[in-house]
Amino acid sequence: MIRLAGLGAIVLAGGILVGAGAETGHIPADQLAKAARTDSISIPTPGELFAALEKSGKTNWAGQYRGPIPVTYRNRAQIALNLGGLIADGFIAVQAKDGQQIKNIGSDIIKLAKALGVSEKLLGRGNSINDFAENSEWDTLQEELEATQNEVKSSMQSHADQDLVILVTLGGWIRGTQVVTSAIVQNYDERSAKVLRQPALVHFMQSKINEISPELRNEPLVKEVSNELGKIEKLVSFPPGKTPDIEEVRKVNEAVGKMMEEIENKEAPR
Amino acid sequence: MKRSLLIPLSVFVLAVRVTVRGDTDAEVQARKDALEVAAAFSNDGFKIRDGHWCGIVKPHDHSLVAVNLYAGNEYWFSVGATEPAKKVAVSVYDETGKHVTTESYDNGEKAAAGFAPSSSGQYFVSVDLLEGEESSFCLVYSYK
Repeated sequence: MIRLAGLGAIVLAGGILVGAGAETGHIPADQLAKAARTDSISIPTPGELFAALEKSGKTNWAGQYRGPIPVTYRNRAQIALNLGGLIADGFIAVQAKDGQQIKNIGSDIIKLAKALGVSEKLLGRGNSINDFAENSEWDTLQEELEATQNEVKSSMQSHADQDLVILVTLGGWIRGTQVVTSAIVQNYDERSAKVLRQPALVHFMQSKINEISPELRNEPLVKEVSNELGKIEKLVSFPPGKTPDIEEVRKVNEAVGKMMEEIENKEAPR
Repeated sequence: MKRSLLIPLSVFVLAVRVTVRGDTDAEVQARKDALEVAAAFSNDGFKIRDGHWCGIVKPHDHSLVAVNLYAGNEYWFSVGATEPAKKVAVSVYDETGKHVTTESYDNGEKAAAGFAPSSSGQYFVSVDLLEGEESSFCLVYSYK
């Protein structure tokens, strides 16, 4: 279980109790349904997903790179989806401890973010990413990528582009899941495959897409991605405790791969 | 930069960042307290997620948030609350609402719960006010 060694400083600062949680019992379904759900807490980052996969210790992160993607899209939904995917690529490069790749991705992230008109402050983030990559500060780089993603979303919110936020998140999740399923298919082990059970997460993202403006929701790319997401929800709805076998992992990989291809290649109408 | 310097620095940066998002003073303070608790786990390799959930905790009421966790990772959910809260607790429930056994840290208006899920999926984190009156709180989480 979890070691509490890190609490030393707090132990000195005040009296504490450490032990098994005292709260017991059950929360009824109607209360669970009312629980808060937010992008910033309820949707895990690609870094969390990769941390879980990393436990197997066999992942060839550099083998999961993809070629450069265009940074000249004109459709805002497509830019947002690709921006999320690029941020996930940044997390992959951090896992691979590949400074040059991180710099390249960081530069593309800034280009796409600028195309959406997000804050000029992001330029500073790009410089920080370069500096941290130069100095091989991998943990800090991961924090910086997460902060960059949040700053992009925050800037979108303040520019009344709230609807694009979920697309950035979704793009990151799709790319992250593509990489993880690909790595598991290449080197299957049950412990790693367990990370794929995420029905509530996919359902939540789908519900957020249903909340965006009808205009954006009816764009061909968003419509297609939304339809595919419904299918993926079924593919990742394993019963609790069941580990997906390699064929089930492959099916998820094919489904997210198809989505990623659409997101990368399709130049949706303006 | 050394990790020992990075941890307080990242707590500072995260705490400052919240001020630009329009949270109340009480929430800013609560988040700072939550980050202080979370920083202790950073010494043990836990990364603090750059996200938070702030709200109001009331007596005899669960403040619940849904999270999606991965089997293989370990998590700590850290909470800070402001006066007039005297004592808060953090608990975790699985997707069916069943209580999950956690390790816990309790220190008055600061608390945390940690566990390693055996199954990936949705969980619910509950913040409860054990002593005191309705107060602001903030929750952050860490993983490794």
